[in-house]
Amino acid sequence: MRIKMKLMYLTIVCTIATVLAGCEPLLVLDPKGPQAKTQADDIMLSIWLMSAIVIVVLAILIFVLIKYRASNQSEDYEPPHIEGSPLVEAICIGIPIIIVIFLSIVSVESNYKVEATPAGYEDQEPIVIYASSSNWKWHFSYPEQDIETVNYLYIPANRAIEFKLYSYGPITSFWIPQLGGQKYAMSDMVTTLHLAADAEGEFMGRNANFSGAGFAENTFEVTSMSQADFDEWVDEVHETADPLTDEKFEELLEPGHLGRSTYTGTHLEFSPAPEHDHGSTDSEVEEPKQEDHTDHESGKQTNHDNH
Amino acid sequence: MDFFNRFAVPHPSFLIYGAMVSIAIAMIAVVVGITYFKKWGYLWREWLTTVDHKRIGIMYLIVALLMLFRGGVDAIMMRYQLSMPDNTFLDSQHYNEVFTTHGIVMILFMAMPFITFFFNYLIPLQIGARDVAFPRLNALSFWLFFMGAMLFNMSFVVGGSPDSGWTSYFPLAGNEFSTSVGTNYYMIAIQIAGMGTLMTGINFITTILKMRAPGMKLMKMPMFTWSAFIANVIVVFAFPVLTVLLAMGTMDRLFGTNFFTTDNGGMDMLWANLFWVWGHPEVYILILPAFGLYSEIISTFARRNLYGYKSMVASMVVISIFSFLVWAHHFFTMGQGPLTNSIFSITTMAIAVPTGVKIFNWLFTLWKGKIVFTTPMLYSILFIPLFTLGGVTGVMLAMSAADYQYHNTMFLVAHFHNVIIPGVVYAMIAGLTFYWPKMFGFMLNEKLGKWTAWLLSVGFVLAFIPMYITGLDGQARRMYTYSESTGFSTLNMVSFIGAAIMAVAFALLVYNIYYSIRYASRDIGSDPWDARSLEWATHTPVPEYNFAIIPEVASTEAFWDSKKKGHELFKGKIEKIHMPNNSPLPFIMSCIFFVFGFSMVFSIWPVAIIALIGILACLTYRSFEKDHGRYISVEEIEETEAKLRGAKK
Repeated sequence: MRIKMKLMYLTIVCTIATVLAGCEPLLVLDPKGPQAKTQADDIMLSIWLMSAIVIVVLAILIFVLIKYRASNQSEDYEPPHIEGSPLVEAICIGIPIIIVIFLSIVSVESNYKVEATPAGYEDQEPIVIYASSSNWKWHFSYPEQDIETVNYLYIPANRAIEFKLYSYGPITSFWIPQLGGQKYAMSDMVTTLHLAADAEGEFMGRNANFSGAGFAENTFEVTSMSQADFDEWVDEVHETADPLTDEKFEELLEPGHLGRSTYTGTHLEFSPAPEHDHGSTDSEVEEPKQEDHTDHESGKQTNHDNH
Repeated sequence: MDFFNRFAVPHPSFLIYGAMVSIAIAMIAVVVGITYFKKWGYLWREWLTTVDHKRIGIMYLIVALLMLFRGGVDAIMMRYQLSMPDNTFLDSQHYNEVFTTHGIVMILFMAMPFITFFFNYLIPLQIGARDVAFPRLNALSFWLFFMGAMLFNMSFVVGGSPDSGWTSYFPLAGNEFSTSVGTNYYMIAIQIAGMGTLMTGINFITTILKMRAPGMKLMKMPMFTWSAFIANVIVVFAFPVLTVLLAMGTMDRLFGTNFFTTDNGGMDMLWANLFWVWGHPEVYILILPAFGLYSEIISTFARRNLYGYKSMVASMVVISIFSFLVWAHHFFTMGQGPLTNSIFSITTMAIAVPTGVKIFNWLFTLWKGKIVFTTPMLYSILFIPLFTLGGVTGVMLAMSAADYQYHNTMFLVAHFHNVIIPGVVYAMIAGLTFYWPKMFGFMLNEKLGKWTAWLLSVGFVLAFIPMYITGLDGQARRMYTYSESTGFSTLNMVSFIGAAIMAVAFALLVYNIYYSIRYASRDIGSDPWDARSLEWATHTPVPEYNFAIIPEVASTEAFWDSKKKGHELFKGKIEKIHMPNNSPLPFIMSCIFFVFGFSMVFSIWPVAIIALIGILACLTYRSFEKDHGRYISVEEIEETEAKLRGAKK
């Protein structure tokens, strides 16, 4: 029985170790940007620390089970009555407290990191992209470039990106695992997600929050490219794409799945984002810019100011 | 015709029609069977109108086991659907309904009645009482819960199941995006069942505070009673939030209010917040009694007293307080900002400390013990490492920055199953095996029981460990399908195999019950495990008055002391015993609640109003009813005691 159990845990530990360290890296543990890197580091740190705890508990358990099993003891052994010892219990409280304090410090530090302009890009002006979801699509509006795409996202590599997230409908969650963790997009406020890609390449992006029948296929493709390629793409869009009209946008919002499409102009002009002074995730540098958007684009909101 | 159309299931399939036919056949079989064996009178007198806490407990158990299998079938269907890429076994709508009902059924209609079964059956016995404080309220609790559960399950065949997840986040669950009556069922069925739970909470707090045997100070209560007391305090604080939340949701869906809608000032994040203000304490309502059961079992089979009694109690009190301070960790990604996230991250991690204390106390209870590997003990021993694994992944999830990557993925699914299955489900089966002889007078087969425990654990590891990995590889939860190119297929197939093994384990549990009913020895006495607390001091089967003489208690392990140290439990002589009368009112009133709920779901207002009047009439009748209970005479008690092989003196 004990051997079976040992074997079982050995198998678990081996499986985890092989897969984590193994041939094909898992998306989350294969970061391509500073935010995802911070998160992957936290994850690996906690995995090692937590493995140590599991092993200690397991070791104590196996030891007491072997040593104090009834078949290992004389017939007339009568277990003693032990109330508990303050010293032992203090240790049992003390060590977990130390671990929790340590992890809290790491966690708080990372919180502030992932909620600010990515490390190494602080001196840049971030590019602002509005990412809004509708059943079951993603709309990406580039106000500075004055273009809009559906279901695909082109970004310049080595540049801070500030995503402004909101939803036409159910709560969704904007997630590009290799660039960083997710954040909700909701219908009555705008949330901000700071990301950056350290490398050029193609990444998977999706809505991670269940949003109804078409949820599984609610994905988008992310391509990170050099600034020059990005500028070239913007110019090309301005030359070739149709302008996005109010009617066309209404059509796009209809529930369903669509392929990729590209437009000049953004829907922000006629269907502005639900921005108001939520302001929880913006770093100080970006504050004036944020207000700027609010002034120009927030026509819809009247009753949200008092949240 | 239009009127009847809305009762149809909106997305019928072969599976649903098959289920309809089998439900109809099963119901006809039950009715015919009861009529043939002339059991209607027995059913009415002994069960439907009973106020006996033991019988009510057993009815909770029956519902919990039935729901376990319903939720289990949902689980197997999901695992099969995901075992292969682009599988077409379930379409998106069905998959969404299946994971929604799986969650609700398992948490609210399986785990909750299972622990309530233990509250009902054990607490009066453990504290040396003859019933709960409010026996009739207890019956009402059960029947309301039962009718809520039945109403919810009806959604499967009439009108369509809810499909917005067990969390039912708005605006997805609002009229705009969820057009079937499924979410109406969610709002109203859970409301009715929830009222029952709230009453249970009040009832057991009163019972534990007011009805303990003489000498049983608070710090001399058995650990399960302590855990149940704290869990019921959490119920009383948390369930009113659910009541209000469901009322708001019902109004949004039926009366056009805008609490959670996307426009007119509705706030979609309000639902998520209120839901988890109830939802997080809810998981502690489930886990604390499970901890209590483990404490009883581990100390019994280590043949030792529980190590660190005081710190066990203290840690549960701390957990119960913290359970109300962590709800935002269910949506770190909502954009509250780093300060809020940091606070909730720290409070969440802090829960690991009292939980760790409990784990170490169990380990130290084994220390210097004389460990006997019975089936309940095997579950408890498997629980320790598996639950620790679930606990430490919980600490990982509590790190809010990293949670941005875990959130909404299979990693999270793996985590909460990793705490709920070894934590709650193992405790339920362990407790059931442990207390089975007390309830039914024979033991479950040990060999089959151990096989079940091992199969369940192997299946569990295969089913859920791969999810940690696919989660980190970007598999979001609640996806009904994925493509070959994602590379999720191998590990999902492993998960399905694990789930299938778990299904075999549960089938083996059923077979064990059947086998033991047929072949197990009936000559086991009233204390087959050589146990330690008061519930084992009475006869098996337990007479309706529990104890002919109320026991006197001087320590946490009164029964053990009476066996080993010559402590005298039953002093004094038999006197007549006052017992409550049976009453049909809780059952009738709950039936009217069922009608009320059903007509609310389908907005059939005249019937709803008539039913509401009926409910008020029942309440009024009860207010003016005079019922002083009845007495069991000394002769009758002596006769019963003699029949149960001599009264203990």
